[in-house]
Amino acid sequence: MTLDDLDRAILRALSANADQSTARLGQKLGLSQPATWRRIKRLQDAGVIAGRRLMLDAEKVGFGVTVFLGVKLATKGRVSLEDFERAIGAIPEVQTVDHVLGLYDYRLRVVARDLADFERVLRRRIMTMPGVGNVEANVLLSEERRPGPI
Amino acid sequence: MLDDVDRRFLRLLQEDPACGVPELAEAIGVTPARLTRRLDRLRSDGVLRGSHIVIDWKALGYSVSVSLRITLDKTISRAFDDFIAAARAVPEVIEIQTFLGRVDVRLSLIARDLPDYQRIYREQVLTLPHIADIEALMTVATVKSDESLPI
Repeated sequence: MTLDDLDRAILRALSANADQSTARLGQKLGLSQPATWRRIKRLQDAGVIAGRRLMLDAEKVGFGVTVFLGVKLATKGRVSLEDFERAIGAIPEVQTVDHVLGLYDYRLRVVARDLADFERVLRRRIMTMPGVGNVEANVLLSEERRPGPI
Repeated sequence: MLDDVDRRFLRLLQEDPACGVPELAEAIGVTPARLTRRLDRLRSDGVLRGSHIVIDWKALGYSVSVSLRITLDKTISRAFDDFIAAARAVPEVIEIQTFLGRVDVRLSLIARDLPDYQRIYREQVLTLPHIADIEALMTVATVKSDESLPI
């Protein structure tokens, strides 16, 4: 789908704050409420707006540690990737799973209450999974999301 | 700090951030007025920081997604600040994270296709300041991406 300047402005505004009403958003952009709504609807129908995500302060809800894990599978061919993906995705502390090409096979984003809790998740839930080989952990210190090329 | 009602409320809201106060109040079994007070408290305490839309970059023609793992030259005292400031100026960078570990900084980069990626990588990534080492992980498939917290 091709975007015009108003579509881009809507995407930028909603990427920063999706709680604002279409009326207020329209006002800022010089659009009527129905026109704003129609544009948002079109972006949703085209799949450009894939959903809405709550922004929670992870630390304040009790998750003080976020770790990015690179996982290498040890026994490729013998472990079904589908089974591995289903099992790893079912762990509640695992927030994202990406199948990647490069030094590792999977990239995971894992949350835990603290480092001791992370060790428990890693040892009991992740390392025990069939096929898991080399694992590299990097503890997240800061994070910033950018608006992207819009 | 959070009680069970807060947790239930945040769990439901996390599943559907567009859900209205009346529906949430009914699901939890409190009055809308009491839920609104909780909502205000969670906002003012900084627990709840609003919501944002998720853009599917593939739908906009960005089919390539790469995770760049970067090690910086730490002999330079301003390495982190200089690098991050310059990385912010690359429009295709959609996430910047810093780490404690073998990797110092990670960039999430999107591109339209492989030639586009190669161009951005050569002209805009390799020219970023103070890079000691760089590794790329190319996303083949995203298996899970909801980023919800197990509250």
